[in-house]
Amino acid sequence: MVAVVVVLAGGLVLSVAAAVTVGPADLSLSTVWLVITNHLGLTSADVPLLRDHIVWELRLPRVLGAALVGAGLAACGAVMQTVTRNPLADPYLLGVSSGASLGAVAVLVLGLGTGTAALTGGAFAGALAAFAVVVAAAGHRAVLRPTRVVLAGVAIAQLCSALASFVIIWAADPHATHSITFWLSGSLARADWAALGWATPLLAAVFAVILWHARALNTFAFGEEAAAALGVDVGRVRWLLLVTTALLTAVLVAISGAIGFVGLMLPHAARRFTGPDHRRLLPVVVLAGAIFLIWVDTAARTLFEPRELPVGVLTALLGVPAFVLLLRRRGGNA
Amino acid sequence: MLDIRDVSWSVPAARLLDRVTCSAPRGTLVGLLGPNGSGKTTLLRVVAGLIAPGSGTVTVAGDDVARLPRAAAARRMALLAQYAETDLDLTALDVVLLGRTPHRRSRWSDSDTDRAAAADALERVDMTGYAHRRWQTLSGGERQRVQLARALAQQPQLLLLDEPTNHLDIGHQLQLLHLVRRSGVTTLAALHDLNLAAMFCDLVVVLHHGRVVASGPPAGVLTPALLADVYAVDADVTVHDGRPVITYRAPAA
Repeated sequence: MVAVVVVLAGGLVLSVAAAVTVGPADLSLSTVWLVITNHLGLTSADVPLLRDHIVWELRLPRVLGAALVGAGLAACGAVMQTVTRNPLADPYLLGVSSGASLGAVAVLVLGLGTGTAALTGGAFAGALAAFAVVVAAAGHRAVLRPTRVVLAGVAIAQLCSALASFVIIWAADPHATHSITFWLSGSLARADWAALGWATPLLAAVFAVILWHARALNTFAFGEEAAAALGVDVGRVRWLLLVTTALLTAVLVAISGAIGFVGLMLPHAARRFTGPDHRRLLPVVVLAGAIFLIWVDTAARTLFEPRELPVGVLTALLGVPAFVLLLRRRGGNA
Repeated sequence: MLDIRDVSWSVPAARLLDRVTCSAPRGTLVGLLGPNGSGKTTLLRVVAGLIAPGSGTVTVAGDDVARLPRAAAARRMALLAQYAETDLDLTALDVVLLGRTPHRRSRWSDSDTDRAAAADALERVDMTGYAHRRWQTLSGGERQRVQLARALAQQPQLLLLDEPTNHLDIGHQLQLLHLVRRSGVTTLAALHDLNLAAMFCDLVVVLHHGRVVASGPPAGVLTPALLADVYAVDADVTVHDGRPVITYRAPAA
């Protein structure tokens, strides 16, 4: 098990370095390596300024952004599926992605700004607001029941989508139309160091919380009552995990829009190799999610150069056939 | 061992438990009987600490259950439900190890103690060879035995069984209750089948509309008059090997 995690971690480092070399300008692995060590102050080799810029300002933040978003979505999906005991659960189940697109569109239409920071801020605020409404609608005496949360999430997501469509048609603003496409199909083009700077600590913190509860998550296998009878404070654990994963999802959506498939399918795929024990599943699914999204995003930005495919389209195009193969090859239960 | 004193529990529309008092002496198997809706499951949930009693107290080995932290309660008592279902691809051993959750020392690894307790629990339910079998491939009877092993792996002082034989054929019903008895752990078991209760229980407690209407050794409690009164059935009770045997008559047209 430790060996698997070490191999995946090594694969992640290699993937980051290799993905940075891929693109219109040809870069070698050694150049990439030198640029990174230069910026970390470990070396002071001579690298042409343009290449330094391509690696450090353009490609590396984007590749790291893909790793971060992939890791976060996979972890949130795995937790949501367990906590709601619903194999169809994904990180967007609680209305977070629709809230984010509504927030971003509102920022544009209300003229609050057009820059990345304003849009990201609007998306984050929208995502949190949608989740707050879901909790308010579903919560009853501070207890979150999974079925009610899921139903409220679906309803609020519909409401946010309808509102966003209304705003777009009403404002007839081409920026807003373009923007909603970005939020709905996802793209890592906006990932930069600033976004990485605030999202990375949050991912680390949320992942620590999730790992801390790995054993408690295992007890949900036979339902909540069984978990409670095994000494788990089901109400507290469920509340804590739903809120922290929704918070992380809100941040991820603000950075990259809603990228489908990763949070839904990767946990299922990973479970086929690790089994359902969260102590094994969580480290594996996080690393697998990061590697998966790095390569899909690399394909999205290079396959049809100079046009770029929305990464969410490609995650589904590549991921679904792979997943179906996996389903068929290994019988048994997901 | 288990003392239930004056326990009441209500929902807005109805009083589901009404001043229930009964007890289970150490090492006994106590049957909790009564028709559907008489309060058996509610009482088990109160005893397990899953819901707090509206009034009254439940003590296990002298400690008030309502004041025990959840993990401490799960080390005292283990619950075996009617039916356990999961979509996950667990092995029998994974399921039994869940019983070690309240005892955990490490968040990461299962200790040798955990593994030994799990192996011992599987042995006590005659399932040693099944450790690596997948849950989804087990029969109903095997699943309940694995769940009993999970409960025993909790090393409880009290077992709580909620109609554990409901979905099993008669052979597996007899086997499961035999294994429960053989474990020697004090047990409170909600049971539907009165003949099974008469065969295996040292004592029975009969609930009706949330009240205790009779309690004591099966031979003294399971009388035709009580069955007519509580279950509204017409039955003969004979004695076989010192245990009451109930024969029902079809309702008169």
